[in-house]
Amino acid sequence: MTTRRDFLKTGGASLGALAVAPALLRADGTRISGTADSLLPAPLPALYTDAATRELMMEVLDAAKRYGASWADVRISRNRNNSVQAREKQVTDVVDTDTMGCGVRVLVDGCWGFCATQELTKPGVGAAAQEAVAIAKANRMAQDRRVTLSPMPSHPNATWRSAYKIDPFTIPVEQKAELLLRANEAALKVPSIRFVNSGMQFIKEERNYANTEGSVITQDYVRSWVTMSCTAVSADRTQTAVRGPEVVQPHARGWEYVLEADIVNNAQKWGGEAAEKLTAKSVDVGRYDLILHPSQLFLTIHESLGHSTELDRAMGYEANYAGTSFIAPPEKVLGSLKMGPPMMNLVGNRSEVGALATIGYDDDGVQPDDFHIVKDGILVDYQTNREQAPLLDWWYRKNGKPTRSHGCSYAQSWADVAFQRMPNVSLQPGEKDLSWNDLIAATDKGIAMIGRSSYSIDQQRYNGQFGAQLCYEIKGGKIVGQLKDVAYQMRTPEFWNSLDMLGGKSSYEFGGTFNDGKGQPGQSNAVSHGCPPTRFRNVNVINTGRAS
Amino acid sequence: MSRDIDYPKRLAAAPGGVLTRSDAEAFVSRALKFSNADAVRVTVNSGRETNLRFADNQISTSGVTTNTTMRVQSVFGKRKASVVTNERSDEGLRRAVEQSEALAKLAPEDPEYIGELGAQQYSNVTTWYDSTADLTAEDRAKAALRALAPARAGKELTVAGYIVANASAQAIGTNAGLFAYQRSTNANYTLTARTTDGTGSGWSGMEHNDWTKLDTEEVARVAIDKARRSRNPVAIEPGRYTVIFEPQATADLIGLLGGALQARAADEGRSAFSKPGGTRLGEKIMDPRVTLVSDPADVLIPASPFDNEGQPVGKQTWIANGVLQQLAYSRFWANKQGKTPTGNASSLKMMGGTDTVESLIRSTTRGVLVTRLFYLRPVDARTLVYTGLTRDGTFLIENGKVAGPIKNFRFNDSPLFMLNNLEGVGASVRTAGGDGGPGVAMPTIKVRDFNFTSLSDAV
Repeated sequence: MTTRRDFLKTGGASLGALAVAPALLRADGTRISGTADSLLPAPLPALYTDAATRELMMEVLDAAKRYGASWADVRISRNRNNSVQAREKQVTDVVDTDTMGCGVRVLVDGCWGFCATQELTKPGVGAAAQEAVAIAKANRMAQDRRVTLSPMPSHPNATWRSAYKIDPFTIPVEQKAELLLRANEAALKVPSIRFVNSGMQFIKEERNYANTEGSVITQDYVRSWVTMSCTAVSADRTQTAVRGPEVVQPHARGWEYVLEADIVNNAQKWGGEAAEKLTAKSVDVGRYDLILHPSQLFLTIHESLGHSTELDRAMGYEANYAGTSFIAPPEKVLGSLKMGPPMMNLVGNRSEVGALATIGYDDDGVQPDDFHIVKDGILVDYQTNREQAPLLDWWYRKNGKPTRSHGCSYAQSWADVAFQRMPNVSLQPGEKDLSWNDLIAATDKGIAMIGRSSYSIDQQRYNGQFGAQLCYEIKGGKIVGQLKDVAYQMRTPEFWNSLDMLGGKSSYEFGGTFNDGKGQPGQSNAVSHGCPPTRFRNVNVINTGRAS
Repeated sequence: MSRDIDYPKRLAAAPGGVLTRSDAEAFVSRALKFSNADAVRVTVNSGRETNLRFADNQISTSGVTTNTTMRVQSVFGKRKASVVTNERSDEGLRRAVEQSEALAKLAPEDPEYIGELGAQQYSNVTTWYDSTADLTAEDRAKAALRALAPARAGKELTVAGYIVANASAQAIGTNAGLFAYQRSTNANYTLTARTTDGTGSGWSGMEHNDWTKLDTEEVARVAIDKARRSRNPVAIEPGRYTVIFEPQATADLIGLLGGALQARAADEGRSAFSKPGGTRLGEKIMDPRVTLVSDPADVLIPASPFDNEGQPVGKQTWIANGVLQQLAYSRFWANKQGKTPTGNASSLKMMGGTDTVESLIRSTTRGVLVTRLFYLRPVDARTLVYTGLTRDGTFLIENGKVAGPIKNFRFNDSPLFMLNNLEGVGASVRTAGGDGGPGVAMPTIKVRDFNFTSLSDAV
């Protein structure tokens, strides 16, 4: 009989509570403990589907079929979250979250049913399968069309691990706290910086998947995010200016990412940028050429192109929540809609190393592929899962391509149902290897924008308004000073068609978030967008300050 | 693989998975017994959520999630850390307690930690209804059919909706003698109807703790009617307009005030309620018809009578007849400032007035009627200026009548400015846009000079 304890014991050596940490470097490079040998991260334990978990998953699938499901899949996972938060000179919160459970999804006569339980025993997961089937059966009275899933090869013995070197769950809490407090101290040295909030968040999931087609998949991934927000207050308390909290982009990497972020040495710079903003010139409204840094542009890509090319949104599946898409219906736009100039190429993928949506197998059990969404400026595809891919069968056949899911199915945990979520949607760099500075040098009257700030877009992804953490005025190819109260208001089709310069490969970076919300009940997806610095011509800039 | 297991009769045992008071008390005391910390707080959240989604005129996803989690906060001196687990065995509880103690010992001191509460008195609030806890998959499918059937029959509409019924219990215990328990249900239904030509969209929703109080026919009727009436919208120039916000639209914008009422941020000089040398407490900051209240005992939006630390939460009047009367004090900040802790403005009500939507429309020469707002984000923390868009039913009013549908707008404006420009207030009703989150009750309001800054083509 499987118990949670067995799962814990066999689920991997790194999963034990308070595992012994390998010796590590401090942020300043000094060693904390151990010998020279232990400077290398400890090797990660071997990854496999343990026998007890496999047996539970088979029990779920058997039970689902026994009660009448024509198809079923199951996820049994352990979701861990570690968060350390600090403000000024104190640690405000240390929280470790660790939950395990089982989510069962079934099809009965083409109707979905889902049930999630924390009872990781054979009777417990069997009852969940029974209830999922009962829900699917109840829904038949309101059925209109049968759900069909696109075919896929099964993966009977698959494992995958994300690109982390040092498991952040093995790092002692005092080491995390010390780094944050030292960074806060450095930022507070800047004269007008009055408040500093910083934090680290780590996510680790061991995700086991099986379906009635014979797939059995075990994956292990880690995501890390360091945030810091520096607030400057003017002497008379009438002005505040903030740099952050996204000063470092999150990555699907481990503790090594935190060390590389070097927040202690960067904190004073971030604080200085906030302080300088207090006396920055308020922007004159009008049209400017914008040079958007990847840390700012990623979110505009996410909102205007990422969400609008989700096939479920285009088909109306999210109409009651985040909305539909202006890129619809597919039969009127695929192969013909001009999304931008020929230099614009947008690729969906779950393969970029270190990007947040990167995964070996999605929550339909599909091995994702890399696919162009926009090729040479023209819309050529949507993000899909197994339920949706058949809707584009006509298009794939026309182009001599197989009708397959692009592997965009995702559930935020065992307790949530999988549905279509965004893969990494990345704007490809230009052919010439231009840099951020090259784009600025080529611009006569413009604004360079760094870091995401306020952002809002409508429910079909036409009208967007995006701010930035740092805005610099460009005159005659040079940065002449910081601006404040800047936001651009754009209409997606015109905005992307105004793209006229792309940075090259060496300027390509990821921006991302853990908190891309979608669905009812709401779920968070973690996603990155790679892009180079990019120039857009003649964009409408508004002033968001108090005078406006 | 065994095929002859007797599964427990869990399906019949309603409300499955939600801890009773005695179960929760036993659970909390088991965890407390394992503790060796100076102070410890155990919080148990137990819930069963059932839901159904439909879109494009068919059911899309539907399911149930049952989970009980325990959070243990252990404290040594002023060193504290928390561990959250969903293990319920003695061994699991002990491991969580031990891990939180190990983390706490390593954590730096938190000078703001001020100890755990002892036994408290809580008021009795009814937030639980069996009708919601016992809702079946068949009940949900039947409710969905009330929108699906007319949409399918008419051919010119597609509907997308979400029905969610939550049954949950929260228990908090400390080694200082506190025990708090509250169980709640919440039923929420929202619906968007769209015309198949893609030019019209209408939204409606209802929420109540008691499922039997949701009029699912009426939700369908309003959303479908709005979708039909909003077809083929015309563009009018952005600019400053007199605007009538239906209750959901009011909630979308005025609800944001709730989170901005923090005393600490105001005292620290970084909030809309700061002023040189202090805060704006006691000042008239908006129209005298504005009164904003959080009251757990309000039968329209009942809420738990305690907060996450077990602190009793009573009625708070944040804004009384336009005067900023109260800011939200945490236990630490209240202690430091010599005030009483208030809890947060999580459930929120704007008191109603004597107007109706009809009377507000009748008295408008030229204005805009708004159903709801979308994607609101702050653009200036000191003025509470937000940006966002109108959505799912936006109409032009001319000479006291709804003249026809107009294209959606983006706005950049502040609830503080709006509530100074108030022209009329209707009855306060419970809104549903929070998908079953804390209760929000808002009236229809009429406001002059609201700042629409650009047009959106989105339907």
